[in-house]
This record gives sequence, C-alpha cells and structure tokens, in this order.
Amino acid sequence: MKFALQINTSPYQSNAGQTAYRFINAALGLGHKVFRVFFYHDGVYHAFKYATPPDDEPWFAVQWSQLAKLHQVDLVVCISAAQRRGLLCSDEAKRQGKQDDDLAEGFRISGLGQLVEATLEADRFIVFG
Amino acid sequence: MKSYLFVLRKPAHSGALVQEMLDIILTTAAFDQKVCILLLDDGVFQLKTGQNPECASMKDTVAIFKALEIYDVNDIYAEVESLQERGLKPGDLCLPVQEFYRKDIAGLMKRFDVVFAG
Repeated sequence: MKFALQINTSPYQSNAGQTAYRFINAALGLGHKVFRVFFYHDGVYHAFKYATPPDDEPWFAVQWSQLAKLHQVDLVVCISAAQRRGLLCSDEAKRQGKQDDDLAEGFRISGLGQLVEATLEADRFIVFG
Repeated sequence: MKSYLFVLRKPAHSGALVQEMLDIILTTAAFDQKVCILLLDDGVFQLKTGQNPECASMKDTVAIFKALEIYDVNDIYAEVESLQERGLKPGDLCLPVQEFYRKDIAGLMKRFDVVFAG
C-alpha cells in the first residue's frame, strides 16, 4: 500500500512526530511504500538543522535525514509554514536578503500543492498531531 | 478526482492553525477536488458571528470562509450536539451550515475518500 503522511506538531510539543517516524519504519519494513511526508504547522520544527539537544536525547532532524537517505523517503516542508517560523533554506534566504541555511539534510521546501498531490497519489493519507 | 472532508475541531484564532488549515482547504479546492467542511466540537466557533479579530491583531479567518464559495466549496456541515453544548444555534454562525446529529457523523465520513483532521 502507498501511504502519505502529514506531521503537524513540533518534536517537543508532542510525540506525534516520533509516532509517525516509527509508523514509517514499520510500514517500510512490511513492504509498503511511503510516497511523501509533509511537515506542516509546527511540524516544520522537525526540519531545523541546528537543533542541538543533549547527547542522551533523540536528534529528530538527524533521524529524518537518515530515513531519507536510507529509504529515499520524500520529506517536504511547507514553505509558508516554514517562513512564518523562521526556517529558511539557503536559496530562499538569499532571495529574502538573509543568510540562513536552516534546513536539515534530506528535507526539501515546497508548497501546499505537494501535499494535495500526495493525498491524490496515496492509497491512505494519515495526519499525525 | 477525490472527495475531501476537512474536520475542523479547534476554535477560531488557535494560533495560526485555522488560517493554515484554510490554506490547505483553498489549495485542495484549487486542484478541482470536491471539498466539504465539518465543524465539530469547538470547531463550531470558527464561524461564530461578531468576531473582531482585528482588535487583537489577528487574521479575519471568517472572511476567508466567506471566500470559499468562489472555489466551489459550498458544503459546510456542523454537528448538532457540538452547537447545542456551546449554546449556539445555526443562526449564530455567519454562513449557512447543514446540521448532522452525532450518530450520523460516522456515516457522513464514510462518503469521502479523504477525511482530513484539522
């Protein structure tokens, strides 16, 4: 089965993102496909490259980057939700005359059309948080 | 083409939540999909008349709801019990809604390809 997911909460606001991460690993392990993960609302906080938690806590952005690398999962962060919250990739920062480079590896920034496309392509669409 | 039911359960002005949900609703409608909205629980407050969000520097989300008609989003449903429990009548809302009893909500959801929690 082909899944699409949306994650709406930040790593420290809720466990929903971690639940989604575990769901994706379980689904892939059973031979299902994950078409896209869309980060929206405060879910964009998963994609901050420079989040630096203590060593004995999970590093969420790194987990996602590894997942993208290992399984080629498409991780998309909503551009308007990201800009509101101060998450800018280097290209977008340049366009805005800023110097940020906040996006963790394996994520890409795009628009809401990517979310609608994911709901159209997937057999099942699940919202976390 | 798929049919979408957006289930809104949070009150108006819950941070940027309502505004960002409306962005998804507008984008989905712009993709020529069938879009309907269900107001559940505190979600019924999203259409309450007499909001003055500008006084608190907040976005007038009711104005966005009113613009949905342009995108052919005409079906807004509200749960009868959610309205009653909050002392509201359909006349207290600024757009016409179709009322559904709680016992019929599951049946309503089954009619859609995608039920979108918001």
